[in-house]
Amino acid sequence: MNEFRFIGVDTARPDAPDKVSGRAQYIHDITLPGMLWGAIRFSDHAHARIRHIDTSEAEKLPGVEAVITAYNTPEVRIGFLRDNFALKRDKVRQFRDEIAAVAARDPETAREAAALIRVEYEPLPGVFSPEEALVEGAPLVHETDARGRARKDNIVPVRFAHHSGDLEAGKRASRHVVEGEYRVPLIQQSCMGTAGCIASFDARGNLTLVAKTQIPFLAQKDFNRALGALGLEGRNTRVVVPALGGGFGTGLDTHAYEYIAMLLAWRTGRPVKILYNREEEFAFLSPRQSASARIRQGCDENGRLTFREIEVVQDNGAYTSWGATFPSVMLVPATSLYRVQNVSFESKIVYTNNTYCQAMRGYGNPEITWPIESSIDELAELAGIDPFDMRLLNCNQPGETTPMGLKITTCGLKECLERTAASLDWKEKRGRQDAKRRGVGMAGVINVAGGGKIYRSDGSGIILKPDDYGNVNVSYGGVEMGQGLHSALALTVAEALGIRPENVIVNQTDTASCPWDVGTHASRGAFMACNAAVLAARKLKARLLEWAAEIYPQEVEEALARARRHSSFKEPDFDWRDAARRGQFELANGILTVTGAPELPELQVDFGRLLRAVHFRRQGPGTTFAEDAFYEPPTELPDWDKGIGNMSATYAFGAQGVEVEVDEETGEVKILRLVAVHDVGRVLNPQTLKGQIYGALAQGIGYAMYEQVLTDKGRVLNPGFTDYKLPTACEMGFPIDVQLVETNDPEGPFGAKGVGEPGLVPTAPAIANAIFDAIGVRIRDLPITPEKILLALRQRR
Amino acid sequence: MKVPLRFLLNGREVALEVQPHARLLDALRDYAGLTGTKEGCGEGECGACTVLVDGRAVNSCLYPALEAEGCAVLTVEGLVSAQGGLSELQQAFVEEGGAQCGFCTPGMVMSAAALLSENAAPSDDEIREALVGNLCRCTGYTQIVASIRAAAQKAGKAQS
Ligand code: FES
Ligand code: FES
Repeated sequence: MNEFRFIGVDTARPDAPDKVSGRAQYIHDITLPGMLWGAIRFSDHAHARIRHIDTSEAEKLPGVEAVITAYNTPEVRIGFLRDNFALKRDKVRQFRDEIAAVAARDPETAREAAALIRVEYEPLPGVFSPEEALVEGAPLVHETDARGRARKDNIVPVRFAHHSGDLEAGKRASRHVVEGEYRVPLIQQSCMGTAGCIASFDARGNLTLVAKTQIPFLAQKDFNRALGALGLEGRNTRVVVPALGGGFGTGLDTHAYEYIAMLLAWRTGRPVKILYNREEEFAFLSPRQSASARIRQGCDENGRLTFREIEVVQDNGAYTSWGATFPSVMLVPATSLYRVQNVSFESKIVYTNNTYCQAMRGYGNPEITWPIESSIDELAELAGIDPFDMRLLNCNQPGETTPMGLKITTCGLKECLERTAASLDWKEKRGRQDAKRRGVGMAGVINVAGGGKIYRSDGSGIILKPDDYGNVNVSYGGVEMGQGLHSALALTVAEALGIRPENVIVNQTDTASCPWDVGTHASRGAFMACNAAVLAARKLKARLLEWAAEIYPQEVEEALARARRHSSFKEPDFDWRDAARRGQFELANGILTVTGAPELPELQVDFGRLLRAVHFRRQGPGTTFAEDAFYEPPTELPDWDKGIGNMSATYAFGAQGVEVEVDEETGEVKILRLVAVHDVGRVLNPQTLKGQIYGALAQGIGYAMYEQVLTDKGRVLNPGFTDYKLPTACEMGFPIDVQLVETNDPEGPFGAKGVGEPGLVPTAPAIANAIFDAIGVRIRDLPITPEKILLALRQRR
Repeated sequence: MKVPLRFLLNGREVALEVQPHARLLDALRDYAGLTGTKEGCGEGECGACTVLVDGRAVNSCLYPALEAEGCAVLTVEGLVSAQGGLSELQQAFVEEGGAQCGFCTPGMVMSAAALLSENAAPSDDEIREALVGNLCRCTGYTQIVASIRAAAQKAGKAQS
């Protein structure tokens, strides 16, 4: 029985009609009057000194309005550690380094001019893997840090570590210990809508940036700092977010191309658009890091975990984005997926001359759940225990505090595991290794689900502004990138206020009109937005119901007077005046009435009429009004050195299982079915929630089996969908059973947890575990290709 | 040097002047101003640019504009009725959650339109087969397939 009117009910998304009819406006579709097109000249070397840049040919090309380099523009430093520059001088450190840029009348001319720029280099030896970069005396990617101090090695100076309990005691208490090294590849987020922006200045030097971003307010801060570098201190940036053709983490940083558009717009005095094509997106936008992890885990004779020890090495590439902080999120599963007391986690983030990396959905979690959940199966195998039983035995429980200090409020992991096993017929299917080479495997997940504090505020503001027609406009600073945030917001405001979802209008995200929000990441979008919306809606409702005491009797009297003119009218057999005097008002479904009133139109005041009556008040001054709220979740900024701190207000759990069939002749893995059971707290909109999980599963399958950006000495070899394989509708043609477990989290809006990311986290280890069950070989290196299966089979023989 | 190009765009005669090497995608987006058709790759791999030329689904990023001379071209904007109402197929994408970020959606809808015009009651496998040239990074395809299935069923019911 649903206690809500809209929450939990399948509802079409408010943005869907525009999207299915081609009306949604992406950065690709926006043109401003007088707009120029920018193009970037990227480096021809992975590591080299810049000897000379000759832009004269480019400048002569008709239609070119400006050519800029680091030598004729102010220095604009960018990046999480400010180790990157909008335009490079002296040295390039990766193939995609931006050396020069052009603004021209059309994109073809701009690209042609960029190609005419001649650069002389002095090539330098490079480092193309963490192993090479960590060798004593290896070439330095950065000779100095942002403050100009000499650097001695290629280690990025940020530390994420955790040591709790007594590791040695844990090892001594172990009956069984497994150890393995696991790898994950470089992959591309592959938003269907490529990256781009439009920069324009007003005559006072204020910047407007139409940006494909997930962090409008942190971007505003970054751009304001860059305005300072242009001598425009105190001027402001307005960040406007168009419809996004996917985000998946690509919008978590500001990018060199955005600063270049800004520099070109400032130089030319005209709006400048830069838009990446697919090849540029692959070669020049930051992908998800490759990493390796060494893991040791032990258990006692009953299968209880005794210790866990992990060392991660992450290939950062040449510059540092927020994505370098992946280990901050790795700490969550490393310390807290299943109950384990003695934990050690160390991470090394290493500069190389590879393309620099950035965030992607899951943010470190898939990278680390891959080794943990594979290793749990290895341990269970060694101990002779069913891996499902081992997971249940070590399952997280509600109310526990984990070694990282995570406070587990609600936890549906046990139910998720049990339902996964039931859906797969686990007990019958596992361990058969029959002639068909079929096997089953499962894996679990813990993920932040109530924000993820990595900044001094993890909060979100919101403004609700009613109009005269019964609508409420919502100004929210987070970003709809396809995940369904606006749908969740519309349902929440409607539910909490008592109006209909179609009367909730979510405005375009714009730093000029929306309150601050830290950004749409860490599965925090709906959790934050809806918590803030509930707070603001309560305030708005309380205020309206105060007005109701004056307005309701007036409106009802008037309606009754009108009704009495009809001879058939009968006076309502209900003392509505008394109910109104007692303040027993109810606003639901866009109708104001009093408790217990019969359903007569005369006793109902619709929401628009109520608002108009407040605005155009009969006696005394009327008013318009809006309400705002700021929700800051009850979380802590962890001490990263110690890896301790309750970074999220709640945690999402889940389990996934697969049945596979492996062809030992070809190495092909066929997925026969997949089950995903997720603890989502509470379902806001089943349709969009399932959409998030289905989509995440496809990304999980891609990560597990298909995707890899191939590089050779820093150069991307497969910059397109021809050679970079995404799962298509056919690869995803197996049956998928998605089940949602509602744990009704006390901190969640209506009990909901954030669910954007968990769906892609356990997919790869579940598949690898199923492959082991089918053919007895363990793959430790993603993606799991037929070649790797065949190699592993050969090695076993 | 631009050259004239005439074709039937969403049921209306259009006369454009385009660069000789322009792609049909450019003719639609840059010259005719219909930006509903998307460019996701420009190399025939993603299907975001799918439109119908004389009823056949093509990747407009690979299709020379001049080859559309005299043809009937249907884009996602053309599925909408004159009154602005969504077609049954588009409505099914709305109701079944077939669009998330929406960038692949115009191409998906057009591939689906081509399929349904040839096969009024496709199986799920046939739907997936018809979408093999259309990449989506958001949905995992499940709700797209459901949208197309729902549209076909609704049309089937209307028939009988
Ligand atoms: S844009 Fe035409 S297939 Fe991708
Ligand atoms: S809905 Fe985003 S790519 Fe398909």
